[in-house]
Amino acid sequence: MGSLDLRGLILLFNPGKLRRAIALGFKTIWLHRLRSALTMLGIVFGVCSVIAMLAVGEGAGHEAQEQIRRLGSQNIILRSVKPTDDERISDEQSRVLEFGLTYNDMRRIESTLPSVRVLAPGRIIRNHVYHATRRVDAEIVGVVPWYTGIRNLRIHTGRFFSPIEIEGHVNVCVISDSVAARLFPFMSPLQRNVRVGSDYYRVIGIVESDAGAGQAAAAAGGSGGGNYAPRIYIPLTAARTRFGETIIRRRAGSFEAERVQLHEAIVQVDRIEDVEETARIVDGILARDRRQQDYEMVVPLELLRQAERTKQIFNTVLGAIAAISLLVGGIGIMNIMLASVTERTREIGIRRALGAKRRDIILQFLIETVILSGTGGVIGVVFGVVIPVVISRVADMTTIVTPWAPMLAFSISALVGVVFGIYPAMRAANMDPVEALRHE
Amino acid sequence: MSGMSIVTLNRVTKTYRMGENTFDALHEVDFEVRQGEYVAIMGPSGCGKSTLLNVLGCLDKPTSGHYLLNDTDVSTFDDDALSEIRGKLLGFIFQSYNLIQQLTVLENIEVPLYYQGVGAAASRAKAQELAERVGLGHRLHHKPSELSGGQQQRVGIARALVNEPLVLLADEPTGNLDSGSGAEILALFEALREQQKTIIMVTHDPDIGRQAGRIIRLRDGRVEEDTRNGFS
Repeated sequence: MGSLDLRGLILLFNPGKLRRAIALGFKTIWLHRLRSALTMLGIVFGVCSVIAMLAVGEGAGHEAQEQIRRLGSQNIILRSVKPTDDERISDEQSRVLEFGLTYNDMRRIESTLPSVRVLAPGRIIRNHVYHATRRVDAEIVGVVPWYTGIRNLRIHTGRFFSPIEIEGHVNVCVISDSVAARLFPFMSPLQRNVRVGSDYYRVIGIVESDAGAGQAAAAAGGSGGGNYAPRIYIPLTAARTRFGETIIRRRAGSFEAERVQLHEAIVQVDRIEDVEETARIVDGILARDRRQQDYEMVVPLELLRQAERTKQIFNTVLGAIAAISLLVGGIGIMNIMLASVTERTREIGIRRALGAKRRDIILQFLIETVILSGTGGVIGVVFGVVIPVVISRVADMTTIVTPWAPMLAFSISALVGVVFGIYPAMRAANMDPVEALRHE
Repeated sequence: MSGMSIVTLNRVTKTYRMGENTFDALHEVDFEVRQGEYVAIMGPSGCGKSTLLNVLGCLDKPTSGHYLLNDTDVSTFDDDALSEIRGKLLGFIFQSYNLIQQLTVLENIEVPLYYQGVGAAASRAKAQELAERVGLGHRLHHKPSELSGGQQQRVGIARALVNEPLVLLADEPTGNLDSGSGAEILALFEALREQQKTIIMVTHDPDIGRQAGRIIRLRDGRVEEDTRNGFS
C-alpha cells in the first residue's frame, strides 16, 4: 500500500502502452494550455538562469585567466612602489626620495638563482609623446630587447629593438597600437620620429597594447593598476641616459624628487613547478637589506590559481542559486499537479473502475509532470543559450556556454519533474476508487 | 435457468465504522447469479444497494464472507489483482455515465482495452465496432459534452462491453434520462439479455425490475426477498 511499485514504473514492457500514455499526457497538457505554460515558466527561468549564469561566470573567469596568462605563468613580476608615509625614511636634507628596485638587486638575483632565465628590467616614465601637433599622455618604458618574448606581446609591424641598439643607447622606439592610432591616424608611423621632452625617437615597430600589464594585476587584486596609460617602448639604456634616475615633480610652493633606478623587472623561471619557490627566494634576496617596503611582487601563476579558485566558488554559488530557482519551479509544478489530481479525482475513479492499476495512474501523472518540466527545460535551454549571446553583444562581456551546462540544466529539470511528480502521482494512485467515483 | 454460477456471495458482510459505532451496510448476504441471468437489485435508499454493487464490482472488499467470481474467491485479492479483475471480467455502467470529458467517444470506449494492453489498431477497431453496435457510428469523434444524455449512456454501455466482460454491472443506468432515452437504453439491455449476457442492475424503477428476470430486494443490508420471474 502506497509504496512505489518499481515493476510498475518499468512499464517499458509495453512500449505501445507507454507511447500512448505519453500522447495522452501531451493531450491533457494541451487541454490546459495557459495553466501548463505558466507552470512551465518556473522551470524555463530556472534552466535558463542556470545556463546563462554559468556562461557569464565562465566568461568572466576565462577573461581574467586570459589576462593573467598573458603576464606569463612562468614569470615573477617585480614593481617598485613608493613607500607609504610612515614607512618612509626621510632624509630631510636631501629632499630626494630614493626607493625602488636597483640594478644591484637584479645582479644579485641573477647571481643567486641558477634557474632564473631572463631578467627584463624596465623603467617607466610618465610623459607626453608628441608627433607634429598631436600629443598623447603615455608611459615611456625602457626595456630590454627580449621584453616582448617574456610578456607575450605581439609585434604587428616592424620589429623590436636589437641588442646593438641597446648597446648604443639609440633613440628608437616601438609604440603600442593605441599610441599609433592617436599619433598617426592617417599614416604609417614606421621610420617617423616622435618627440618626448626634447629628444626624438624613431619608430621602428608597433606592438599590440599591453593590456596584461596593469589590468591583470588590478583584476587579481594587486595594486598598480588604475591610472594605466598607453605605452611606448625604448631601449633601457636610452631611457637611463635621456631621463636619468631622478624625477622632479613641481607643485605649488614645493617640489618633490624621486630617485628610482628600475620601475619594473620580470624574472622568468625555466620550469613552472619552480615558480613559487623562486618567488620566495627572490623575495628573500630583495628583503634582506632593505629598510623600507619599496617593491611589490606579482606572481601570475598564483593569481591564476586564485582566479581558478574564485571561479570555482563563483560557479558553486551560481549553481546553488540556480538550483534553488529550479527547486521553486519544481514546487510550482507539484502544486499544479496536486490541484490537477484533486480536479480529476472522478477521472481517476473511472479509470480505476475500468481496470487501471495504481501504477497506471502513477505513470499517467508522472508522465504529465515530466512533460511539463521537460518542455520547460527545452525552452529554458533555448533561452539559456541565446541570452548569453545577447549579453555579450549588448554588455560587451565574454560569455562561454560550455556544452555540459545545457545538458546538466536539462537533466536537472527532467529530474525535478520526476521528483516533484511522484508525490501528486502517488496521491492520485492511492485514492479509494469508490470515493473517487463519488467525487463531484 | 441454464448455465453455471458466475457470481456467488457467501455470507458477505460489509461493516463501516462511524466513530464508536459500527454499522453493517451489508449483513451476511448470500446469493448466486448464473450465466445469462438479468438481476435487478432493488430497495429503498440506504439499504446497501450501492455497497453491494461496489463489492460485486471489486471496487470494495467485504469485511467478512466470500465473494466467488467465476469460481475464484476474489475477497482476498490485493489491489492490483482486483484492478485486473475489473478490467478483464467486469463492465461498469453508471447512472451519471462517467465518461472522461477530454476524450472522444471512440477514445472513451477504448479505455478498458488500453489497460488490458491491447494494441492501438486492434482496440480502435473494436471500439468502432461497439460504437456502431450501440448506434453511435456517426459520433465517433465527438466529445461527451456534445452528446445527449441517452447518447452518452450508449457510449457508457459500449465501453462496458468492449472488453467482453463476464458480468455487466449497472447502477441506475436510466436514472438521469428522460423516459424516451431511458426506453432506448432498456431496449439495449433487453438485446444484451437475449445475447445471454449476465447483467446485475441496481434500480429504483419497478418497471425495470419487471423486465429483469429476477429481483433481489434489500432492506437494511439484508436480502429481504429474492424472486425469479415473479415467483419467490
